[in-house]
Amino acid sequence: MAIKDHLRTLKISAWLGWQIESNWARPSLFLLYSFIRPIAATLILVIMYLIVKQNVASEPALFSYMYLGATFYMFVSSVVFGITYVIHTDREHYQTLRNIYISPISLYVYLIGRAAGKVALATLAVIISLIFGIVVLGLPFNLLMVDWILFVPTMALGMACLISLGLALAGISLLTAKHSTSINEGVGGLVYLLCGAVFPITVLPAWGQAIGLTIPITYWLELIRRSLYPGEGIELLGGLQDFTDGTIMIFLLISTLIFTMLSLTMFHYADRIARKKGKLDMITTY
Amino acid sequence: MLPDTLLRTGRIWNVEQSFLLGHLIPFRVTTAIEIRSLSRVFSGRKETLALDDINLTVEEGELFGLLGPNGAGKTTLIKILSTLLLPSNGTAHVLGHDVYSDANSIRKRINMVSGGEISGYGLLTIRENLWMFTQFYGVPRVVAKKRIDNLLDIFGLQDKADAKLRTVSTGQRQKMNIIRGFATDPELIFLDEPTLGLDVSTSIDIRNYLREWISECSSRTMMLTTHYMKEAEELCDRVAIIDRGRIVAIDTPAGLKRRVGRGSSFLIEATPFNPESIQSIPGVRAFVARPSEDHMHLRMILDDESVIADIISEIVSSGAQVTSLNKNEPTLEDAFMHLVGRGLV
Ligand SMILES: Nc1ncnc2c1ncn2[C@@H]1O[C@H](COP(=O)(O)OP(=O)(O)OP(=O)(O)O)[C@@H](O)[C@H]1O
Ligand SMILES: [Mg+2]
Repeated sequence: MAIKDHLRTLKISAWLGWQIESNWARPSLFLLYSFIRPIAATLILVIMYLIVKQNVASEPALFSYMYLGATFYMFVSSVVFGITYVIHTDREHYQTLRNIYISPISLYVYLIGRAAGKVALATLAVIISLIFGIVVLGLPFNLLMVDWILFVPTMALGMACLISLGLALAGISLLTAKHSTSINEGVGGLVYLLCGAVFPITVLPAWGQAIGLTIPITYWLELIRRSLYPGEGIELLGGLQDFTDGTIMIFLLISTLIFTMLSLTMFHYADRIARKKGKLDMITTY
Repeated sequence: MLPDTLLRTGRIWNVEQSFLLGHLIPFRVTTAIEIRSLSRVFSGRKETLALDDINLTVEEGELFGLLGPNGAGKTTLIKILSTLLLPSNGTAHVLGHDVYSDANSIRKRINMVSGGEISGYGLLTIRENLWMFTQFYGVPRVVAKKRIDNLLDIFGLQDKADAKLRTVSTGQRQKMNIIRGFATDPELIFLDEPTLGLDVSTSIDIRNYLREWISECSSRTMMLTTHYMKEAEELCDRVAIIDRGRIVAIDTPAGLKRRVGRGSSFLIEATPFNPESIQSIPGVRAFVARPSEDHMHLRMILDDESVIADIISEIVSSGAQVTSLNKNEPTLEDAFMHLVGRGLV
């Protein structure tokens, strides 16, 4: 298939994704939802912070560490798990998956396009959460201090990595029933703990830390924090202080490449098996 | 003879066939669908043999029907040919390409619609849903727009074109899906019970459109499944009768009817009675009983006209009255009963 065709697929599925993400019954509901959700999430975080603060010697950068981690983790939940959700809703709710599947487009590329809508919405949520953090919670943040040269490639690589993770899981979703979304949520919760989204991975037992270091999200979140808070001592918290920015970037790059390859392979086989087992138009509920 | 593997690849098959036929008939016939020893097993708690050693060739330009009772395997066959499902055994070539190894070459050139299909994105309008699918097939924008408008007109959906899909009726959603199938201008379209659940006049409109579509261009091919005998009889050039995963007969509707034989198809109307005992009367090849409120309609194929006397005495002895008796020209339904040994519904 020509690049031109893939680009067209991307464009149209991104458009569809955005329509679905943003086209709520009423725009006011959509706005409310996009504001309330990130803010509610951060308020939970504040409570967690208060609990942690009682136990751990108060670190000045700890709050920033937790806040940024939890905020940017919103990308993980909406992109990685959002993509698998596309498979389930397209298959069972809209019942369009079979029609999309037999069309000449690549389902893989279609899902990347659909993920773009999720990235856009998550970006909005992250920005709202950051503003809320700065204005209401006094999160120290200075746009002039941001290391953009680190931040921009980190975000780009991070998104590529999250999308390929999502696609790998989407491959599995092709083969499973709708109920596996609860497995996804379980995985999501585990990853949340292991990649140091709120608590530095140093609080984990050795085996937990070892797993955490194999998850690219760990490196991504670390680079996000470093780029947004250069020189605030935040890099001392994450347990990755022995690694320079460049080294972590290389880790991130390599793991993104590995996950891209993995997701392509998994998707390819899942596609075959799904077609063999007749899973592409399987309806479990509705 | 060419080796089997070569024969099985569509290209060589077509070349070979047109070479042979070229000497016999002046125009070129190409094969649209070529199925060899195809089987499909569904494994689960209980294994189902949905398709059992199917062999079938459909030529380009044909309007081909699949007729069979519930669970016969019609949908399964359509799914395999439209690259949604893989066969368990055997081969299928669509427009010269293997469904197993070359699905992408097939997908550009075909489309599929299931009857009763209500799929679509409720928060997009009908027009947006259709437009999106034409874009997946790479239809140029201007062409797509014109084609969609034209089809919306034909199917009487123009006034709903800009309504969100979730606000339209089930039948309108179904029509949209039929349009979706044609809007990509496929060379070969699969329609699985296209008029299922639609009202009579809409069904007529759709049948008319199908006829028109196929006659507009000689290279178009259609395969449809249906439960409506009339639909198959009216529309199809040829019909395959499928029962329990096997093809029982393939012929033109007229050819199928001829197999029944004249003078063996009867319709009896009687006051209500239990029709079970009819089956055991010698000489009754097949029968269907359709009870209505105060009547029992019996349609049957008999080996011989003389059997009718036994049937009437059986009805009378069960306390019912025969209100009418008709001998009729065999219909496709009779052909079906004759071949399958029972009615379709
Ligand atoms: N996904 C599946 N898993 C298990 N069995 C299946 C599956 N799909 C179909 N079958 C079985 O295969 C057989 C053929 O089904 P199919 O849907 O092809 O029949 P059909 O001829 O289309 O029937 P109908 O007229 O009711 O639509 C049936 O016995 C059905 O139960
Ligand atoms: Mg069916």
